[in-house]
Amino acid sequence: MELFLTLVTIIMTAATPLLLAALGEMVTERSGVLNLGVEGMMVMGAVAGFGGAFASGNPWVGVIASIAAGMAMALLFGFLTLTPLANQVATGLALTLLGLGLSALIGESFVGQPGVKLPAIAGIDPLVPFSILMVGAVSWFLFRTKMGLVIRAVGNSHASAHALGYNVIAVRYLSVLFGGAMSGLAGGYLSLVYTPQWVENMTSGRGWIALALVVFASWLPLRILAGAYLFGTISILSFVLQAQGLGIPRNSSPVCPILEPSWHWW
Amino acid sequence: MKKLLMAAAAAAMMLGAASASASAEALKACWVYVGPIGDYGYSYQHHQGLLAVQKEFGDKVETAYAENVSEADSEKTFERFAREGCKIIFGTSFGFMEPMLKVAKKFPDVKFEHATGYKTAPNMGTYNAKFHEGRYVIGQIAAKMSKTGVAGYIVSFPIPEVISGINAFMLGAQSVNPNFKIKIVWANTWFDPAKEADAAKVLLSQGADITVQHTDSAAPLQVAQEQGKLGFGQASDQYKFAPKAQLTAIVDNWAPHYIEAVKAVMDGTWKPQQIWEGMENGTVSMAPYTNMPDDVAKMAADTAAAIASGKLNPFTGPITKQDGTVVGEAGKPLSDGDILGMNWYVKGVDDKLPQ
Repeated sequence: MELFLTLVTIIMTAATPLLLAALGEMVTERSGVLNLGVEGMMVMGAVAGFGGAFASGNPWVGVIASIAAGMAMALLFGFLTLTPLANQVATGLALTLLGLGLSALIGESFVGQPGVKLPAIAGIDPLVPFSILMVGAVSWFLFRTKMGLVIRAVGNSHASAHALGYNVIAVRYLSVLFGGAMSGLAGGYLSLVYTPQWVENMTSGRGWIALALVVFASWLPLRILAGAYLFGTISILSFVLQAQGLGIPRNSSPVCPILEPSWHWW
Repeated sequence: MKKLLMAAAAAAMMLGAASASASAEALKACWVYVGPIGDYGYSYQHHQGLLAVQKEFGDKVETAYAENVSEADSEKTFERFAREGCKIIFGTSFGFMEPMLKVAKKFPDVKFEHATGYKTAPNMGTYNAKFHEGRYVIGQIAAKMSKTGVAGYIVSFPIPEVISGINAFMLGAQSVNPNFKIKIVWANTWFDPAKEADAAKVLLSQGADITVQHTDSAAPLQVAQEQGKLGFGQASDQYKFAPKAQLTAIVDNWAPHYIEAVKAVMDGTWKPQQIWEGMENGTVSMAPYTNMPDDVAKMAADTAAAIASGKLNPFTGPITKQDGTVVGEAGKPLSDGDILGMNWYVKGVDDKLPQ
């Protein structure tokens, strides 16, 4: 039983960054904006989170810095795609490249420095229950409030929403900023809780997995929760099986088709 | 006005010619890394070698490097460097072997050196470090320091260098505790801190109380420290990340080889070789022994000294393989070829090699 609980804890830790970033990106995509820059925003959040905590000695400053960095990157993306109407896909990819490069540059002096870890409250990392609460909050907001209805309307048919008098651009700006904040926080989680250090390219593709997760979950918050935990479980499962001596051969196709593609990711 | 312009153009041309001839004197040496120099592990140590070359030769050498080069991108990186005038190119990852060989054939005047590989060409040599010597030492320490008799071993890919590392570690551990066990997890990456942290957490939850790794970040050590356990750093001294957990680390020191290779190219004496150095010349060394009682530290230091002086070889026969067969003659070490191509486990390792 204790082993089971330990494994559940490890899975939750692994799933949380995916969950946070995917929730943010889902809101952005629900408003009709495809932001492919999740990986860039996440890694900038990671370096800002580490930097904030390192410079001030307080990890919560790092949390705020990571959110701010994600929002700053998202603001840049939002400005380019919503005002001069640049192509969203290209801009998102450019944002990823920018984030990866800029974070490496900023983080050069952080390499080799041990980080400050966000302390657990009553034995639980605060961001894990926060992420689950956010699932509920986002779900309630999108489906039970007027503002959420407006966001969905803008995403579904921006012409109709505009005809009804809603400010499409403003709604999209706010959604993009929310997506950036959550992605930044996800990155901050990596460098403040998961592995309290900074190394280049810390996110290792998690931003892309979060993007896939949004589509996998059909843009529904509860499914994102399930999907994030599923992805987390599969990645941890492979380690658990190996540690038990039951490793599935790396290159053979496991019976379950769902495991096959995720094997290549992990 | 025209005269002024002509004079300026002439001066510019002279300056250009002067700087061109100055750079023609400087030898260009280029490095290609598989990971970021910011990994504070494997690629970081190679980069320290590059910096040592710069310090040693000053103006006589011009260096360039490319980091985070995946195996798929390596061929074009080598070609680009060769076209840009690099006279010697170092590729630091096993996976660069085939791409480097292809590019070496196209540029016979450029020298290539491949780390941790085994294929050569008239203008391509290999160099490697006897990491397994360090693994033997840490195996002994692990067996002494572990309370559960199980170590968690996080590895990347089943290439001979990794397998010989596991075997040397086991042989070292078994020399202290014949029943020592390891649990192996294949992370399928050389570098991914979060994944390595996950693997470490899983292993520590399954009964292991020491972390060993052949992946490049300090994450497993941090996890070990968080849980009050011990571990070993990889490729560079990662003590700063886990002052309460690091026992020691195997430190790769590539500087002596890089300086020698660049000097050989400068002197025109470069030959394609298969260099494999270890503790005897400082290519592999151990970080200070911490978090252990003095007698364990002394044992480790003595073993390291014995290996460095050649008195002890981790792969001295007879060695029993996992399938029960015996290799090696009594008292004689396995040949370099056997170690470089190792694809079997020693007895006592409960793991099936991934195919």
